[in-house]
Amino acid sequence: MASVVAEVRLWFAPERLRTEGDTPDYRFSLANERTFLAWLRTAMALVGGGFAVDQFLPETGRPLRLALALILLAGGAMCALRAINHWMRCERAMRRGEDLPVSRFPVVLAVAVGVVALLMVIVAAFGWGG
Amino acid sequence: MPEGNRTDGTRTQGRDRDPGLQPERTRLAWRRTTLACAVAASLAGRQTLHGGADPAALVILALVVLAWLAFLVSAHRRIRAMNASRPPALSPRAAAAAVTCTLALALLGAATLR
Repeated sequence: MASVVAEVRLWFAPERLRTEGDTPDYRFSLANERTFLAWLRTAMALVGGGFAVDQFLPETGRPLRLALALILLAGGAMCALRAINHWMRCERAMRRGEDLPVSRFPVVLAVAVGVVALLMVIVAAFGWGG
Repeated sequence: MPEGNRTDGTRTQGRDRDPGLQPERTRLAWRRTTLACAVAASLAGRQTLHGGADPAALVILALVVLAWLAFLVSAHRRIRAMNASRPPALSPRAAAAAVTCTLALALLGAATLR
């Protein structure tokens, strides 16, 4: 928990990141930035999907619709938080000349999106809860 | 600082340009993300009016528009920084601002789920 707080504080204290190691080639920093943006887009797609479920599936029963929307919104929020955390860790690793951090997050996200998609197919096919 | 490193925002040409067009690609990535943000913000705005345009919904709608504008401004500032042939690294503060806008859209819209 303490390390999480320390990392969050690092988001708002760019000077501290710059004191570590050497400045990497700007092209590597830009590549890291593009990866961050790709994750942020994924987060926004999930957030938009959450609202889309609520607005465009009016036939679905309220509890199920709400649950699907909240899962997608929470997934989007987690994706956004993970995006900045991963970007920061990559930037720091590049400055220190360490290996890039590994993460289970992409796998977990892929499985979660797969399960939600399957649920939606079932809802659409059987008009479940409608 | 190597020669040709311009940070004054002017476009650089010829030998100055990045061989892999990295600033160009990063600028486009910001544009795509701005577009994604616009879509998410539209849906979030639509969500707030889903249950009728009562005062509370209008306040939340205003905050959604504010979050979208904040994202637009931070993206625009970063896109302008890409005009240099060796753009400075993204600051953690700018990254946190972009993430905060995304989180704000999710929370504001979620508050009006029915």
